[in-house]
Amino acid sequence: MVGIVIVSHSQKLAEGVVEIAKMMADNIPIAAAGGMEDGSLGTSYDKIYDAIDSVYSDDGVIILVDMGSAAMTAEMVMEDMSGRQNIQMLDCPLVEGAILAAVELSDGHTLETLVERIEDSRVMLKF
Amino acid sequence: MINAEKVVAIIYAIAERIKAEKDFLTQLDNEIGDGDHGINLARGFKSVEEKLPSLADKDIGAILKGVGTQLVSTVGGASGPLYGTAFMKAGNACKGKTELTAEEFAVAFNAAIGGVKMRGKAVEGEKTMLDALCPAYKAIKAGIDAGKDFVDALADGVNAAAAGVEYTKTIIATKGRASYLKERSLSHQDPGATSSLYMLQTMLEVLQRR
Repeated sequence: MVGIVIVSHSQKLAEGVVEIAKMMADNIPIAAAGGMEDGSLGTSYDKIYDAIDSVYSDDGVIILVDMGSAAMTAEMVMEDMSGRQNIQMLDCPLVEGAILAAVELSDGHTLETLVERIEDSRVMLKF
Repeated sequence: MINAEKVVAIIYAIAERIKAEKDFLTQLDNEIGDGDHGINLARGFKSVEEKLPSLADKDIGAILKGVGTQLVSTVGGASGPLYGTAFMKAGNACKGKTELTAEEFAVAFNAAIGGVKMRGKAVEGEKTMLDALCPAYKAIKAGIDAGKDFVDALADGVNAAAAGVEYTKTIIATKGRASYLKERSLSHQDPGATSSLYMLQTMLEVLQRR
């Protein structure tokens, strides 16, 4: 099953997004990588690396990020994991994207299908 | 000629400079960012200082790569991946070298800038560190090509970087956290361009020492 990693500058935000996503699908491998090692705001290479490690399988992993250094640091982790296939960072709204991904992936859909569908999360109206 | 010993001295001096300017850099970032540039970079370079003794006897490429990987894993903000990639790409260009000619420095500096552009997906004119680094590179390269002594070419580079920092006050940010501020980012000096200037200034000061 494709795994999901949520990267944020905030540990609480990443864990909160994971919590919400699990409400939709509690059988998916999903990990939070938010904040620095000491819990302060920022992006941690090691946390991202460990999170991907924890949910990785041959089916792949998708990475969702909040902004800026979350994307850049995740990109560097991915470069260092170039031996592994199917790790992809997706550009989408963090909460809506995580929920959509959780629903799609728990249905057993592939990473490729999700990549096509993730654009839907951009236009989901909040109200 | 810059040897490995000089490179290590420059890195130590940069670490000291960044620590000294931590509050000012943070203040700049408070005005148009999330207020952590100085704090983050100081943390990163403190860990670089701690790592340097284990790197000091290696070739220049290994030293620069070591600095880069340390920055990526400790800075915590955008300057981590950006400066980290810059030092790593420069390190790749200096692989196995124990001395750099002026031309080799220029190649490494250009590789560093290429790394920043690739990682940050920015170009000049977006109010970033590139607005100090790119003019600095052009001035240094022009000086070297004109046959100037390397230190004189580097001095030209520092002047160009300083002008670049002033230039950032006149443009709106289209990259990074400051881009959320749009017009409100005008008249503010970019923190990343400023820290880049400090690094170049420090390199010049170390090389000017007799």
